Amino acid sequence: MQDAGWRIEHRDRTFVLTTSNLAWRHFAQRVAFALLWLAGIMAVAVLVVVVAYVVLQGVKVINPEFLLTPPRGGLSGEGGISTTVVTTLYLVLLTISIAAPLGVGAAIYLVEYAGQMQGQGRLAYLVGVVRFGVELLAGVPSIIFGLFGYALFVTAMHLGFSLLSAALAGACLLLPVVIRASEEALRAVPRSFREGSLALGTTQWQTVWGVVVPAALPGIITSVVLSVGRVISETAVFYVTLGGSYNLPRSILSGGRSMALHLYYLAMDTRAFEKAMGTGAILIVVIVLINLIINFLSHRLAARLGGA
Amino acid sequence: MESVVKLEVQDYHLFYGDFRALRGISVQIPAHHITAIIGPSGCGKSTFLRTFNRMNDLIPGVRVEGQATLDGQDIFEVDVVELRRLVGMVFQRPNPFPKSIFDNVAYGPRAHGVHERARLAGIVERSLRDAALWDEVKDDLGKSALALSGGQQQRLCIARALAVEPQVILMDEPASALDPIATLRIEELIQTLKQKYTIVIVTHNMQQAARASDYTAFLMMDEERAGYLVEYGPTRDIFTNPRHKQTEDYITGRFG
Repeated sequence: MQDAGWRIEHRDRTFVLTTSNLAWRHFAQRVAFALLWLAGIMAVAVLVVVVAYVVLQGVKVINPEFLLTPPRGGLSGEGGISTTVVTTLYLVLLTISIAAPLGVGAAIYLVEYAGQMQGQGRLAYLVGVVRFGVELLAGVPSIIFGLFGYALFVTAMHLGFSLLSAALAGACLLLPVVIRASEEALRAVPRSFREGSLALGTTQWQTVWGVVVPAALPGIITSVVLSVGRVISETAVFYVTLGGSYNLPRSILSGGRSMALHLYYLAMDTRAFEKAMGTGAILIVVIVLINLIINFLSHRLAARLGGA
Repeated sequence: MESVVKLEVQDYHLFYGDFRALRGISVQIPAHHITAIIGPSGCGKSTFLRTFNRMNDLIPGVRVEGQATLDGQDIFEVDVVELRRLVGMVFQRPNPFPKSIFDNVAYGPRAHGVHERARLAGIVERSLRDAALWDEVKDDLGKSALALSGGQQQRLCIARALAVEPQVILMDEPASALDPIATLRIEELIQTLKQKYTIVIVTHNMQQAARASDYTAFLMMDEERAGYLVEYGPTRDIFTNPRHKQTEDYITGRFG
């Protein structure tokens, strides 16, 4: 029962439609969504068609022999692709082992240390230049890195057409990618982690190594994975630094032929168009696999570090 | 003041670039007591608290004038890494690292060179017991700290601070992100901690200051937005018999 002192009354239902263009606005909404939907479908369709075309063309030549025998050269592109797969693997390992430590190190420096240069005139200016340089390098066409690598590593440093020359030139290409992605991952680490660590009487390096880098690791790993894909698919840089021998490299100073490069040679210098497509199909599958594996690993890692 | 002075600032000023954030503060903080710092938002309570472990050093462009001492030693002449081991801090929002409960507490000792498994385990257990968290987590020390509730996370952060054997613990509104029950547990915990440690706590919550502290410093902003000390003394006196009109207005809720 309610006290007599107060009560809440219903109001008469008196609302009216105040907007006359309601139908028009619903119509515009439908049109806009239809167009956006169409754009989405088109984008996916293009991707599917490209991949399907390459795979369908290539699948005819893909068999165990194609995968397990080395190319034998010739105008008709005899043989398989085994050595190019191994060479690609070598190239990935060597390039990443140069680019990843340098790139991640540079990112850590830029995020964790260079921030303190504010108000220190010349150094701050220098750091600004470095950051601008990184942005700039990320937009430079890869053939420029190739020509640079050819001039410096192949010719001036007498490393010749070799895995080492190619890996060094490839690392130059990857550095901006790794630096930028790692910077982003490091910046996303909350300041409270850093403060919490420093407040325990740790040095800045202990804080970076003990808390910041582990927290940023999933992002850093992603940046490295992206780079792996980049090395596998890069052609221009390696065209002018790796040579073209389809023999298995015996040392980091021998030349070689990566899968992407092999694809290029097959398509341009031979009549073995289907074999080029087959190589392309394998290339796509490898890149997809690598992405899946590393996605899985970094999710696991993220879950282990941060998860319930 | 009947006990030993642990921390002291004299005519202490702090500037962010040209902006004066703290003006002429002089305070003596006694050992093994709880000292609360109260005042309206933006008056520089946290900035003042962060003087004692030099966390303000991390902000570019900060400059200080005046004296600040720990046990009579100028804190700006002590190595800052060692100073922060002696003067621990608990933050407003619980900030456990994305690691296991064990690794969170062991983080500090490890950083200071303790690697022996048995010794670490001992430190972790003692710290968690002192932070009144041991009974709740002893069976899953390997679990991620982020899976704990907010109140548990904050007690974990206290345990993490205790693990490096500090002498002073600074607390920056340690319960403001917690629910009332978790807040009460933190307050009870702070009472037990003062036997071993000197505690300085910033709080927004007047009742918390009144019931949980031995001494209270009341800060306010002047016309140029610089924080200054209005009144400092035993909490009982501040709350029952304030000497300044501003203090009385603030603690009775007339502003702030």
